[in-house]
Amino acid sequence: MKKQAAKSLRAFAIELAVYSVLVVIYFFLVLHLLGHWLYRLETHHRYIYAGVALLLIAGQAVVLDSVTTLLFRVLRGRWK
Amino acid sequence: MFFPISNTDINPIYLVVVGFIIGILGGFFGVGGSFIAGPALRLMGVDWNYAVGTDLAHIVGKSIVAARQHRTLGNVDLKLGLIMALGTIAGAEGGAQLIQALKRAGNVNTVVSFVAIVVYFSISAFMLWESRKTLQSDKRTSQSGVVKGAASKKDRSAFGPVTRRIQRIEIWPMISLPTSGIKISLWIILLVAFVGGLFSGFLGGGAGYIRMPSMVYVLGVPTHLAVGTDLFEIVISASYGTITHAIKGNVDILIALVMHTGAVVGAQIGAVATQYFAGPKIRLAFVPLPLIGAAIVIYTLITGHKF
Repeated sequence: MKKQAAKSLRAFAIELAVYSVLVVIYFFLVLHLLGHWLYRLETHHRYIYAGVALLLIAGQAVVLDSVTTLLFRVLRGRWK
Repeated sequence: MFFPISNTDINPIYLVVVGFIIGILGGFFGVGGSFIAGPALRLMGVDWNYAVGTDLAHIVGKSIVAARQHRTLGNVDLKLGLIMALGTIAGAEGGAQLIQALKRAGNVNTVVSFVAIVVYFSISAFMLWESRKTLQSDKRTSQSGVVKGAASKKDRSAFGPVTRRIQRIEIWPMISLPTSGIKISLWIILLVAFVGGLFSGFLGGGAGYIRMPSMVYVLGVPTHLAVGTDLFEIVISASYGTITHAIKGNVDILIALVMHTGAVVGAQIGAVATQYFAGPKIRLAFVPLPLIGAAIVIYTLITGHKF
């Protein structure tokens, strides 16, 4: 039982580490590039900005959910 | 990291950690976590109107992840969620209009802070009283052979007699909800949703801190189903709230995107954790959360709104 818990914890720690690296890359690549464009959109085209904002957050949710699920599956499989 | 839309400087790690904590709470309690997220953004110097709007955007993303998890666990009443979304949207628009009126009057931060403190304290006090009473009565009934615990999704509440009286109010049309195991007037569902929406538009978030308890105590929905259905409903209502607040210039989507990266992991952990706890225990564990939010709001009021 203790062995199982240790394995799960180790797998989770690795998942978090891999996920953190991906998130850092995401910050620098996507948010840095999008920042200026979104700022201008928010200032000059509020209606378009509202739609884009919703699409971005919903899209990110689906993509990141898939990424974490995939990470969980791949890494748990390795540590079994 | 500088966020030009809300004109604030916030450490992204702080946002990711806040998102992660809110993700766990959201997945476990079926709440958007605005009682933490709103004050946490305020703590970093974000204006209340931006804190409210940005939090709603972040909640859309987080609730999509948590609702998907709960759906696979069988904790979502789709029919109830869709009906509630209608009432919530109407209420959210009312709340957003109130925020706009306060913005024009120039005292949005003070008024919203005081209302938030009163609401958070009231919810905590009521849930503490109810869940403790239910757990005490469960202890007595378990001695006479009544099955209890996390295995059963039907749970007891000390507020049960009042809930049954509400369910007996026969105002046409009566709606049957087989997944939740209740039959209740459509107008009561819409009223509960409207009040939740009003708080959502006014204080930010999905207002799960008021809707989840309302679903349990007023409608009589079992706690596990209330958690999952609330999350599903939040996806719809918070999407509407995001659009209406973004049009009014209250959403910094960059902050929401950063917070959400932490919330994704937290939401999955929280949703799975609900399977190991009984309804009254989930409600008792919920009690400190609004109090934390109230404490942060009081702190920001006293210290001049900066960390």
